[in-house]
Amino acid sequence: LRSVCIVVLLREYVSSKTINKVIQVHDRIFCCMAGSLADAQAVTKAAKFHLSFHSVQMESPPLVIAAASVLKELCYKNKEELQAGFITAGWDMKKGPQVYVVALGGMLVRQPVTIGGSGSTFIYGYVDAKYKPSMTKEECLQFATNALALAMGRDNVSGGVANLVVITETGVEHVVVPGDKLPRFHDE
Amino acid sequence: MAAAVATMMPNLGQQISSKNDMIPDWTSQEVSTGTTIMAVEYDGGVVIGADSRTTTGAYIANRVTDKLTPIHDRIFCCRSGSAADTQAIADVVTYQLGFHSIELDEPPLVETAANLFRASCYRYREELTAGILVAGWDRRKGGQVYCVPIGGMLVRQPVSVGGSGSTYIYGFMDSNYKPGLTKEQCLELTAAALSLAMERDGSSGGVVRLATISEDGVERRVILGNQLPKFSTH
Repeated sequence: LRSVCIVVLLREYVSSKTINKVIQVHDRIFCCMAGSLADAQAVTKAAKFHLSFHSVQMESPPLVIAAASVLKELCYKNKEELQAGFITAGWDMKKGPQVYVVALGGMLVRQPVTIGGSGSTFIYGYVDAKYKPSMTKEECLQFATNALALAMGRDNVSGGVANLVVITETGVEHVVVPGDKLPRFHDE
Repeated sequence: MAAAVATMMPNLGQQISSKNDMIPDWTSQEVSTGTTIMAVEYDGGVVIGADSRTTTGAYIANRVTDKLTPIHDRIFCCRSGSAADTQAIADVVTYQLGFHSIELDEPPLVETAANLFRASCYRYREELTAGILVAGWDRRKGGQVYCVPIGGMLVRQPVSVGGSGSTYIYGFMDSNYKPGLTKEQCLELTAAALSLAMERDGSSGGVVRLATISEDGVERRVILGNQLPKFSTH
């Protein structure tokens, strides 16, 4: 049982402490936004449309790489105006669970695990040390929750609520962890 | 030679483009100890560690640098930031501390050394770029780690990291450090943390230099690149 590990970093806004940065672009494909939220939201809305159109044309659920490519095209063609990065993750029939990252300038690359956003710099070491290929779903969830908790503990613009999503062949499961229920580590 | 022709650029850190394409960027960049440094207290002493890379722009001026500088018999400092600034400050503090120790006729306190660093770093904060960890052992308080970051603040912490590579290992450090570790555990933690940072930070690399300071003295060791702890590659 291979599961997809998505790491979402949530920023604390003046306007809302529960902004959802994980957007569903198709039944089994989700997208995490980072960077300018306005840009990211606009891009994901456009991508959602393109993807549903593509899916109807192909008469089958879209591939995860198709979703990532749609985002990549938008980011690359408009790289001067946009400041948005994405992590696209999901499950499809061809390759199973996949994680793709679309960086700021429009680079697209597949990785087994990836992190992004302002808080991500603090957990590169932790993710490098703790990630093992072929973890179970529970291990993955614990790993992602710990990583988010550590990042939120150090980054002053990350915080609030942790949104996690587990995507498998059979369906999609949302896990929401409020800040006070996150694991606590050594606090100096 | 092109290098000899390069003019002395003002002390401004990064230059976007050199005046002449024949002259490489690194001839006009300030020498920086990009760095990852770390210091951990344990019961009876401290463990300090650093990477070994000194850069001038994209060129690695020294790939086997020793950033763990002795200030006194049982007091060391870990240097990060401008190589020139930190060397100069360390020299000044070594002199001041040595003088003070002779006057006192006993070994100096780590807190005293840290305060001397702080005094210089704060007074000349506009001109300096220096982030320093002061660590050592004295009879009064045992092993201590003091952090003197850029700007000249002084704070004692049980464990502290510094330098450009430190941002990548805050999460690892928070999750793996617990009070009450043994000396061996501290050494393992420091070596692992430094390896992770060196893997991600372009300005950190080379070998890992470690030192243990306790009542019995100073014990130094080096971990070469191929002997560093390895983590899952992805």
